[in-house]
Amino acid sequence: MSNALFQYTLRLGDSSLILAQRLSEWTGHGPFLEEDLALTNIALDTLGTAKSFLEYAAQVEGKGRTDDDLAFFRNEREFFNPLITEQPNGDYAKTMVRQVIMDVYHLYLYKELAKSKDTTLSGIAQKAIKEVTYHVRHSASWLERFGNGTDESHQRAQDALNELWQYTQELFETPGSEKELLAQGVAVNLQDIQAKWETHVDELIRKANLKKPENVFMQRGSLDGIHTEHLGYLLAEMQHLPRMHPTAKW
Amino acid sequence: MLHSPGHILSILQQVPDPEIPVISIVELGVIRDIQVNGSAVEVKITPTYSGCPAMKQIEDDVRAILKKEGFEEVIVKTVFDPPWTTDWIPEEAKEKLRRYGIAPPEHTTQDKSWLTGKQKTVLCPRCRSANTQLISQFGSTACKALYQCKDCLEPFDYFKCI
Repeated sequence: MSNALFQYTLRLGDSSLILAQRLSEWTGHGPFLEEDLALTNIALDTLGTAKSFLEYAAQVEGKGRTDDDLAFFRNEREFFNPLITEQPNGDYAKTMVRQVIMDVYHLYLYKELAKSKDTTLSGIAQKAIKEVTYHVRHSASWLERFGNGTDESHQRAQDALNELWQYTQELFETPGSEKELLAQGVAVNLQDIQAKWETHVDELIRKANLKKPENVFMQRGSLDGIHTEHLGYLLAEMQHLPRMHPTAKW
Repeated sequence: MLHSPGHILSILQQVPDPEIPVISIVELGVIRDIQVNGSAVEVKITPTYSGCPAMKQIEDDVRAILKKEGFEEVIVKTVFDPPWTTDWIPEEAKEKLRRYGIAPPEHTTQDKSWLTGKQKTVLCPRCRSANTQLISQFGSTACKALYQCKDCLEPFDYFKCI
């Protein structure tokens, strides 16, 4: 039970942590000042959620590890974030398409998790819903602008959708270890939120006059710690300082 | 020395918010519970935003002032439920924010009209004009959005209503 809860919480934490790390790469590089601030804020919210999950994961594990240990001293194969979260930022259209997919996902995920029998998980989720509601509004408005903007912005948004769609199915996969937690009302039934996610994302794609990719081969692997090549580079950058100076204090 | 939670609350009233020093952490609504047991005290705080970097500072400030007041053991715990809302900021504190140049949260979170695209009127904290526009949903800190007054042209922070 507690190992399953640890794994579950760890995966929630990893998902937010890796996405936050990607988003924070835009800090100081945003297309204009307000967007730079917006993405930095969204990265910060996402990192805060990651911290809450990882603190709880460390507590559930009970082996004396901290949230920082989990973030900085695990290797690639020990991370369980969905593949889409580690994909490089690309241009702004790609970052926003990835964000639409993840923001809408998080919205429905946290709405369900807020009902979890585990009060810590439900508390973190209730907190996150308020923030994610703003994030959805932000990324959805960009998708609409790119899709209905110039030929160039439309094409870039469509290319991003075509490239990232292969990572979407994995978001709704449930590992065997979660079955018990599901039965106990602790974990979220991802199949239930898939329909809501699809309806919402379809609507946003339609409003942006973009085309939903079809017959896409769906990638998977993160449930087993198998990642795309990008995660290694991301971790190298994120972890090198604490690994070089493990006793350094802020 | 006997301490009531009310007495401790009045001590914590002296702790300013690290980023908006015109209001106290009590007025901000982050102090959720106080338990006293002899010379030990436990204070429960809740984050305004998940990633708010001021939370660590608030935790340290609470610990420091209560230690100074003679408590031997000070435990500060973070709770998430119920999630923080701007509805907990009292009117007097909102007025302090306004005088400081930050437009306070308008109305309550029960008003969901912005979700359907309607924008609420935010008054300029300088000239009180209602002729203002949203520049960005995200501002200088997680809790604020960026607005500009179209009359006095002053850009200003708006404390988001969540």
